Amino acid sequence: MTQIAKETLLASFNAGIHLDGRKLTEYRKLTITTNVSRSAEGSARVLLGDTDIIVGVKLALEKPYPDTPEKGNLMVNAELRPLSNPRFEVGPPGDEAVEIARVVDRGVREGEAIDARALCVKPGELVWSVMIDICTINAAGGLIDASGIGALTALINAKYPEHTEAVVHYEKRTTKSLPLAHQPLPVTVFKIGEHFLVDPLPEEEEHVDARLTIALTEKNHISALQKGGSAPLSKEDIYKMAEIAVKASQELRKQILREK
Amino acid sequence: MEKTEDTLLLQDKSIVIPGEVIATGMGYIPGTGTYREGDKLNAARLGLLTIDGKVVKLLPVSGKYLPKLNDRVIGKVIDVLLNGWRIEINCPYSAVLTLKDATSEFIARGADLTQYFALGDWIVAKIVNVTSQKLIDVSMKGPGLRKLQGGQIIAVNPQKVPRIIGKEGSMVTLIKEATGCNIIVGQNGLVWIEGDPKAQLRVIETITKIEVESHLTGLTERISTFLKGKGA
Amino acid sequence: MGYEKRFDGRGVEELRQMEAKVGVVKNADGSAMFKIGKTTAIAAVYGPRDLYPKFLQNPQTGILRVDYNMLPFSGHGERVRPGGSRRSKEISMVMANALLPVLDLKEWPNAVVDVFVDLPQTDAGTRCAALCAASMALADAGLLMKDMVTAIAIGKVEDKIVVDLNYEEDSYEHGSDIAIAMLPGTGKITLLQMDGQITPEDLKEVFAKAETACKKILEVQKTALKEKFKKPEGIA
Repeated sequence: MTQIAKETLLASFNAGIHLDGRKLTEYRKLTITTNVSRSAEGSARVLLGDTDIIVGVKLALEKPYPDTPEKGNLMVNAELRPLSNPRFEVGPPGDEAVEIARVVDRGVREGEAIDARALCVKPGELVWSVMIDICTINAAGGLIDASGIGALTALINAKYPEHTEAVVHYEKRTTKSLPLAHQPLPVTVFKIGEHFLVDPLPEEEEHVDARLTIALTEKNHISALQKGGSAPLSKEDIYKMAEIAVKASQELRKQILREK
Repeated sequence: MEKTEDTLLLQDKSIVIPGEVIATGMGYIPGTGTYREGDKLNAARLGLLTIDGKVVKLLPVSGKYLPKLNDRVIGKVIDVLLNGWRIEINCPYSAVLTLKDATSEFIARGADLTQYFALGDWIVAKIVNVTSQKLIDVSMKGPGLRKLQGGQIIAVNPQKVPRIIGKEGSMVTLIKEATGCNIIVGQNGLVWIEGDPKAQLRVIETITKIEVESHLTGLTERISTFLKGKGA
Repeated sequence: MGYEKRFDGRGVEELRQMEAKVGVVKNADGSAMFKIGKTTAIAAVYGPRDLYPKFLQNPQTGILRVDYNMLPFSGHGERVRPGGSRRSKEISMVMANALLPVLDLKEWPNAVVDVFVDLPQTDAGTRCAALCAASMALADAGLLMKDMVTAIAIGKVEDKIVVDLNYEEDSYEHGSDIAIAMLPGTGKITLLQMDGQITPEDLKEVFAKAETACKKILEVQKTALKEKFKKPEGIA
């Protein structure tokens, strides 16, 4: 895989471009396909440059949690599959996978992508559980953002299966969509030297000083924040990064709604 | 038993898949990448068919770098040892660079070796020994062998290296002259590129094009045209 | 009662529609997708690469590891809990045994070749589709390989021996499901597993039908492998 000296990278950023010639706040080519897995109630495949991920949504009828008897359940899981990158190993999810799952989870949950109350079938007894699984097929950077795009698209794509009482008939799918409320999307802004950028290539990501993931709803409400990387950020840095994220999320959302 | 007539079933320069029958009859001679089974001559790998008289060969089109004596390789310093450095060379086996192969300078016992080569440094070196168990020694003694400063390293298909270099270095010279970049191609499928950001991008595009089209005829002219204009 | 018409209307020897593509995972040293009906397998090969812990190394040859995995949303019915199961462990092992006979890894002592197969959607025949994809990925990785590996599920539903079972046939009561991997060059069998019951006489018919089916699969694999190295468009 490509490796680059930091001074070479900074020379490129000083010229205002990523190593592949994009503008710094521009994403790589994004392609979204839906219905990629017929066994899932909803699914999406996201190609972001060389990154390729599949997100599947499975639904199940379960007992609600005692503290939220009228709300459905949401679960997000991310698997950095060993087939997708030589660095990834077989076994339980590592730190990176757990972080992706939790950041996407917070964005979707706090951004109220789904109206959790509308998932209730019988208060205190039966609710729909929405399980989002993010699986990498080729991991080549931009995983948090691609996962967020895939999660939202798969939720929009999902259709309820039929059910009789608590028994789900998975082989029969209805035409009814999930109770969608908002469209939160995570955008990760990276700081390398004095430069701010989105969607770094894997070889650029090696030199990241700090990153900030900002999940934003269509109303530009922030629904998740996650700082990563070891360098500290100033308040001014964060304002600047939020500005970039707002703009980028609007662009991405347009494309998702076009392709759904 | 009746003798099978010698028949070539596939065209020269075609892509052949493992197990595919290339020729029948005992007249054809199995070369590298092929094997005989009865009166059939089969492919022992995926490869490009090359027929040389009666000799049938398959040239690899993909696969990892297998270290060979005298190859010039690009490597990365991944550890500092008692008497040298461990070098990663883009294959399953790492190499060792000993003090005596690293420099003609005198290095005192107990000296800080990282002042010569630090962890993460890139070097271009020559393989001077490979054992059957793939223990590898590299040396920095020789023309052009040195530490690489700046630039970037890209990985290419190791089987396409000869085409990227070209006859007596003609292809790499062509790219260097057209882009103004410094380029060093390691036999192990790593390429070092140094120059202006946009020119580096141009080099990568060109090399990618060579990798994709290397098995087709007229490569040099196409690359030359590509470098001159925006055309494909 | 006989099984006169298949659930999906196919003829007894008719395979579901197949699709294959090589080079689908850019990071991998070799990769391929193989789809048969609604079962999709994506295989990626990494290696030969260094192997740790060291006690796993074999100084005489490189070794092969296979990991078969159904993605959590790929099953019929409920979500498949990730993290592997006894089933996936066994399938991984028999797949390695099915692929190893065609490989020669002696050039690569102490190293490992890893094959990962993930299935995003399934409708029976998963280990066979996984093997077809893995075999293409290994060829793409440029390893010394004396033959391809093809695989098909054949079974008995009522009185008929049918080729390429789908989910309804696979789960048919008192039916049988036989997974077979065959080397197209020699007709030798490298994987054989069965659930259900058949007679020893049935086996002959099963293998004859498997041989015909595997020839069709090989053509799909061959086309996909050659397609990767075809002339790019726009070049005379």
